[in-house]
Amino acid sequence: MDRIPILKLGGALIVTIQVDMHDRLALALEEDLTAKIASTGARGVLIDISALEIVDSFIGRMLDNIAAVSRVLDADTVVVGMRPAVAITLVELGLELTGIKTALNIERGMALIRSRLDESKDEARSARARRED
Amino acid sequence: MVTDSSDALLSVLAKEEPRILRSWLESLNAGDSPQTGRIRDAELRTQAQAMLQHLRDALGSGASDAKSEAFAPLRDMLGDISRSRALQGFTPAETAHFILAAKDPIVEALNGTGDPSLAARAWPISRLLDQLSLHTMEVFLASREEVIGRQGQEIAELSTPVVQLWDGILALPLIGTLDSSRTSVVMENLLQAIVDEEAEIAIIDITGVPTVDTLVAQHLLKTIAAARLMGADCIVSGIRPQIAQTMVHLGVELNVVSKATLADAFALALRRTGRAVVRAKAPAPTGEDRT
Amino acid sequence: MPVAKTDRLPIRSGEDVVRVRQTVRTRAIEIGLSLVDQTKIVTAASELARNTLDYGGGGEARVEVVHEGARRGVRLTFEDQGPGIPDLAKALADHFTTGGGLGLGLGGAKRLSNEFHIESTVGVGTRVTIARWK
Repeated sequence: MDRIPILKLGGALIVTIQVDMHDRLALALEEDLTAKIASTGARGVLIDISALEIVDSFIGRMLDNIAAVSRVLDADTVVVGMRPAVAITLVELGLELTGIKTALNIERGMALIRSRLDESKDEARSARARRED
Repeated sequence: MVTDSSDALLSVLAKEEPRILRSWLESLNAGDSPQTGRIRDAELRTQAQAMLQHLRDALGSGASDAKSEAFAPLRDMLGDISRSRALQGFTPAETAHFILAAKDPIVEALNGTGDPSLAARAWPISRLLDQLSLHTMEVFLASREEVIGRQGQEIAELSTPVVQLWDGILALPLIGTLDSSRTSVVMENLLQAIVDEEAEIAIIDITGVPTVDTLVAQHLLKTIAAARLMGADCIVSGIRPQIAQTMVHLGVELNVVSKATLADAFALALRRTGRAVVRAKAPAPTGEDRT
Repeated sequence: MPVAKTDRLPIRSGEDVVRVRQTVRTRAIEIGLSLVDQTKIVTAASELARNTLDYGGGGEARVEVVHEGARRGVRLTFEDQGPGIPDLAKALADHFTTGGGLGLGLGGAKRLSNEFHIESTVGVGTRVTIARWK
């Protein structure tokens, strides 16, 4: 079965969904991402859905789940590039995905994730500093 | 059914065409509904001639009902004429007059032959022309409705401009009553503008909206939710005190960032995008300030 | 109501659901629906096709282009011979689910269409018809 590729860039994982996913493919992506966050210790997950022409409740739930799981694993999920028609439809459908961070495009999404990475670096540094005192 | 009397009728119409045309055009140009000025004489003449030709063709096939297939070319032609009249701003009466004015000359031409069998054909032909004039009215009204529909659409688009206040900051000043069809146009325009301008923040200013009912409030909330899904934040500004009160009474909770004025909202937007407005120079001291 | 075009598509697998979405998209573009309306009807189709597959045990989708006067629309019918729905009112309410989903399928599809009709008999099957007009 084909899978959606997951790229690793610094402390972030990047997924670009470019096909009309059937449900099993979506579930596989959810599993792969979870495993990859755990194995790489990634602190950010960026999911680019700018190519998606629809997001139905199933895909919406997948995005929600990925965000929830990554939160537990101490990573931020940012969904980027949702099209206006898709956003209107999702709201009409009753899915507002309030647990997910969003950004207009990959650039903005990466900036969000980077600021988070910098924060955790600062924390690590100050923690080390405290131990050394 | 082509009979001898039909042949006679057609030959009279053909023979008398110059005279029919002349008095028809005279009647079109005279009286309360002059068709000149907006339409050139030559054009009017061509239209009248073409109509007579189509009428003869249809009668020649033996048809007597304006709705029948034989009259289709004539109906199409009249349809085109009334459509263009409607767009040029003619009144319905003026438009119907075009075909009704042909009645007298044709009836006169038939009576003028002195042949009773031809004079007897005058009545059905006059009824036929009545039917055709009704057809022109129907087309006329339909084209008017089309125009009105298109204008409504244009107004909806015109009245919802999305303006860029700053790099990445958009404003949507809403003016007038929001119904659900207009709100959906507004919503789509705003969301598209967010993509086009890569805007992080959109300010929806409702200073010019007289009332906000539950439905409008819901639409606003949906727009804000959709913008958030795309990665942009919305600020609502200009909620008037009465509106705020009504909303509280209606039990509508606008759970969004809201500012009193567009200026306040803009200042917040600038702050959020890491900018600040500072005075470049101290203001000139006024009389009272001087010590 | 005159029907200009009919497609019958089986719903037996997840790939079939994707095919239903694509067919609905093609027809929606043909009749000139706006991008937002296309997206709404395709999303509704996706929800209902998934219901047919997951709860009805598979079935068939009928995608029709219909005319009513000058209006054109797409009408979709989803039919299965599954267990049926015992309590329709409850099934239409949001956040009701028996399949572990978000439970927005039926209610969501209803909100995304101009017309919505559902018939269901326990032990016989379910038929949902929706339409979106230009």
